[in-house]
Amino acid sequence: MFDTPLQRLTPNGDLLGESPLPLEEIRRLYQAMLSARVYDRKCSVMQRQGRLATYAQFEGQEASQIGAVAALRKQDWVVGTYRDAGAMWFHGYPWVNLILGRTGDERGGRAPDGVNVTPPSITVGGHMIHAVGTAWASRIKGDDSVSLTLFGDGATSEGDFHEAMNFAGVYKTPTIFMCQNNGWAISMPRDRQTASKTIAHKSIAYGVAGALVDGNDLLAVYEVCKQAVDRARAGEGATLIEALTYRMGPHTTTDDPSRYRTNEGVEEWAQKDPIERVRRYLESEGAWDPAWQAEVESEESDRVETAVSEAEALTPWTADEIFEGMFAEIPPHLAYQQSLLRRRP
Amino acid sequence: MTEMNIAQAVNAGLATALEDERVVLIGEDVGTTGGVFRVSDGLLARFGPERVIDTPVAESGIVGAAFGMAINGLKPIVEIQFMGFTYPGFDQIISHVARIRNRSRHRFTAPMVIRIPYGAGIGAAEHHSESAEVIYAHTPGLKVVVPSTPYDAKGLLLAAVEDPDPVVFLEPIRMYRAIREDVPDEPYTVPIGVAELVEEGDDVTLIGYGAMMKEIGAAFELLTASGVSVEVIDVRSLVPLDTETIIESIRKTGRAVVVQEAPRTAGFGAEIVAQIQEHALFSLEAPVERVTGWDTIVPLRRAEKHYMPSTEDIVQAAHRTLLS
Ligand SMILES: Cc1ncc(C[n+]2csc(CCOP(=O)(O)OP(=O)(O)O)c2C)c(N)n1
Repeated sequence: MFDTPLQRLTPNGDLLGESPLPLEEIRRLYQAMLSARVYDRKCSVMQRQGRLATYAQFEGQEASQIGAVAALRKQDWVVGTYRDAGAMWFHGYPWVNLILGRTGDERGGRAPDGVNVTPPSITVGGHMIHAVGTAWASRIKGDDSVSLTLFGDGATSEGDFHEAMNFAGVYKTPTIFMCQNNGWAISMPRDRQTASKTIAHKSIAYGVAGALVDGNDLLAVYEVCKQAVDRARAGEGATLIEALTYRMGPHTTTDDPSRYRTNEGVEEWAQKDPIERVRRYLESEGAWDPAWQAEVESEESDRVETAVSEAEALTPWTADEIFEGMFAEIPPHLAYQQSLLRRRP
Repeated sequence: MTEMNIAQAVNAGLATALEDERVVLIGEDVGTTGGVFRVSDGLLARFGPERVIDTPVAESGIVGAAFGMAINGLKPIVEIQFMGFTYPGFDQIISHVARIRNRSRHRFTAPMVIRIPYGAGIGAAEHHSESAEVIYAHTPGLKVVVPSTPYDAKGLLLAAVEDPDPVVFLEPIRMYRAIREDVPDEPYTVPIGVAELVEEGDDVTLIGYGAMMKEIGAAFELLTASGVSVEVIDVRSLVPLDTETIIESIRKTGRAVVVQEAPRTAGFGAEIVAQIQEHALFSLEAPVERVTGWDTIVPLRRAEKHYMPSTEDIVQAAHRTLLS
């Protein structure tokens, strides 16, 4: 079990077996991956310019994130981390919110109404159980929404991973656990995170379905996620998916990977780039040309630029406003503290 | 009206709350056995296993799953078995439950109640006697209430369930079956953030909450018998704290004894004393007295009595304030 990851597209863009998606849809998802990469690279640049606080790049993980969300419906939940901007955005969380968050502004955490995407979890591992709760609530309320939670290989070492998997198994909640095994948790390689042969193996112990997939293969990721989503919606319970991918960049903009890894991994995985292989496939199908690609990139670049301007144009919270997020109504002791802050010269 | 004790009053409150389809009760052994204190007795039979949920032994899982339910439209009531076992779930409370409204700017909220039996005095096993209320009171984003009577237990519980924000609801173990009183059968709420003026008097104010209200009540009797006119305040709600009622009382009596079962250093009593000196220093006729547990681990059964603040401690503290 879990000996080889499922693959539908080789790094050369050759299709193995049958495509789970029609060509038009693959083009749409390809476009989304490109957009996500434009955003990701722009954010890294802006961070270096001092316009954003610490930023966690997800380059290399676009197929895992876009492919997973592509299997969802609008009303489903996405519960992810600081590295899941691509997934959050593709499920309806606007760039401007993500950028606001990265400029250091809590208003970025507010998903638009009707978009069930939680603010990115900053604590590692604590959020997976939330996707058990949201999924469980959907079932209790009698709607057939499912919940997707995304996390890294490091997060599976947290105790909360166990509690989340265990609850999902016992209560058969419609939860999809999407582990993006990008090889690293800051400086710790995957093989020092767990002695399990694969992370997918852990599904066996919890009595939930498991899958091992090439995380840089959009079509394969979509396929296993779609199966997991269908099972969840049919009341057949949770799935743990391990998507094998690679963190091409540093952990965050404050990190220096040369302290703990050589460039070998990056070079090796660059040959397996998730975007390039879909491009090759589309080209072979006559569904790609450079002009289209340039247009997509330039349009997305403009959209991100606009989002940045919007975020930067927003006046920071006033002293008064920092009290307003705490409760539905400001209680007397906070109102009093607010009055003290107002008097500060 | 039905005469009942605190355990029964919480049970009645839970039953009323569960009439709302969005409410679920979730915790270890809350279903089939009705909870280790039998507080949820009979609720599984009435509301079914989908709404009264027995869970694996996993506090982080319980609080975290309930949190997920809360942001997706339910109103979970969590039962933690004993306060000393909240810690495995504490990260969920402090990092997620208390913060989500702020970090999502009101888009997601956690309207949930976390019920925690707390306190010593029953000679329980290790880890079963904690009074760590101040940790919750110190955490921004949580409300914290502590009933000391059956009436307040039901009314505060229903107020907590109605509240749009997370409420930590502390149940004094020692008081579960210690007193009985008439409790209305129909739903009612006791407002969160309002202290109760239990007794009116002119010479000294005794201030406390939870299980300590029993000792305070006994001290009141003794002091009154010896001719002292005593005012008694049951704080009931630590966050938000009804500072006004406390300050008004100090302006009248000029003397106060603040009582808590918890360890002394940085206890919630210190916050009450600080409020008094900020707002009523010049009304004080004497230094405010504190009667507290010690900064020790609560001793096990055979030595437990040395830890517990006693009626006599409170009486003596009151007399000390009356010397000035
Ligand atoms: C509870 C907790 N412990 C430690 C950290 C600091 N930290 C942030 S990211 C990280 C590594 C996480 O690795 P992984 O789960 O594999 O996700 P990745 O960053 O690779 O996407 C650590 C240790 C944290 N944010 N939260």
